[in-house]
Amino acid sequence: MAGGELLRTPLYEEHRSLGARLVDFAGWEMPVQYEGIKAEHQAVRNHAGLFDVSHMGEAFFRGPGAEEAVQRLITRDVSRLDEGQAGYSAVCYEDGGTVDDVIVYRRPDDFLVVVNASNREKDLEHFRANSEDLDVEISDETVDWGLLALQGPEAEALLQELTETDLSALNPFRFAEGEVAGAQTIISRTGYTGEDGFELYLPSDDAPRVWRELLEVGATPAGLGARDTLRLEAGMCLYGNELDPETTPLEAGIGFAVHLDKEQEFIGQDALKKEKEEGLRKKLVGFEVDGRGIARHDYPIKVEEDTVGKVTSGTLSPTLNKAIGLALVSPGVEDRFEVVIRERPVEAHTVELPFYKREKR
Amino acid sequence: MSVPEELQYTRSHEWVRTEGDTATIGITEYAQEELGDIVFVELPEEGATFDAGDSLGTLESVKAVSDIYTPVGGEVVEVNSGLDDSPEKINEDPYGEGWIAKLSVSDEGDLLSASDYEQLLEEEES
Repeated sequence: MAGGELLRTPLYEEHRSLGARLVDFAGWEMPVQYEGIKAEHQAVRNHAGLFDVSHMGEAFFRGPGAEEAVQRLITRDVSRLDEGQAGYSAVCYEDGGTVDDVIVYRRPDDFLVVVNASNREKDLEHFRANSEDLDVEISDETVDWGLLALQGPEAEALLQELTETDLSALNPFRFAEGEVAGAQTIISRTGYTGEDGFELYLPSDDAPRVWRELLEVGATPAGLGARDTLRLEAGMCLYGNELDPETTPLEAGIGFAVHLDKEQEFIGQDALKKEKEEGLRKKLVGFEVDGRGIARHDYPIKVEEDTVGKVTSGTLSPTLNKAIGLALVSPGVEDRFEVVIRERPVEAHTVELPFYKREKR
Repeated sequence: MSVPEELQYTRSHEWVRTEGDTATIGITEYAQEELGDIVFVELPEEGATFDAGDSLGTLESVKAVSDIYTPVGGEVVEVNSGLDDSPEKINEDPYGEGWIAKLSVSDEGDLLSASDYEQLLEEEES
């Protein structure tokens, strides 16, 4: 975003009235916290938190060539998705580097691809430039939609108070169209926190009312600060940290979203197949800091005197009360290394991801 | 926003309490609120010396790292080692239990009175 006015979601006034701290996030004026990141984080882990993520981009693919376009653009095989099913996927360049990570929804008459706010313009250009030969209309409807994420163990019970749709029948990565507090909504059992929860796509005009009703039934407003610590504990990638044009989805550990055997070719498929055969150039690992200090984005990783990678994300985990992080390191790196924190090397060791896993119902 | 009358302040939101030639320093109520939940404090070594305005340590909130600039120059005679285990004391009681270090003062630095600091805050808020 080159200068100019910040964009505002339909919930801007709600954030103001709750006393949120607002920051520029990818050109949007977004709440980073209300009461405090730790309290909001715990509210999501133990009860239910409500996030405004209306800045996320909604791109609809319509027309007879829609499926072919989506298949070409994303790494997941959408022919394996049922109507009413969503899938996490990467979007790649020809060389396998990552354009974005997205959620694709297979709807009866079209596909909805939800993209990161920071990549929206770039993605739309990439989508259109690579589907010119197909009979598809790609429509950016970001400003028409509000997007609320209700996350936490109490999410289902709270949302059920506002909808007739039977939420107990909605499995993870499934979605249904229904009314929430009278607003026509795509109710999706997805999220970015490691908890059970829902993402609600609804008309912008209805968003403030539904937001207020969800707070009234007991959800805690939560900002982008807590969203980041929650996703990191859950070992989920953030574009710009773990994923970028120099990093493939295989390297970032999201190979589960890449169907290399997909029949219809996708952009980057050959490069990714080759990388898989020849071996990864780097790999994503989770680690805990043993010494004193907190690892942060871009801090170097060393083994003896050699720089072998860098931290992609790091924080103090509010749930574990330990300094945790994700790093992209050389493939040969084993279970111990040092993170250089303000010129001081501090011992760290790798741990299995995710750092936090919720107990299943 | 609490700005105790008896303390002196800096433009970078630290406070100083001077008793004889010893100065106790910390960060202000405004600073801790801007930082949010403080989760880690890196304190200086006792015996280290700093010029006024030097970074003598760091504070980390959940999201960010920021320097602690000492308002006065001198030698560190004591640090609040209780912050190692309870950094949240800076959020809870920034002018009391959340103090950061005591220095034997050799350079008084360029300090603001409470009323000048309050004015600075008003300007920052607007």
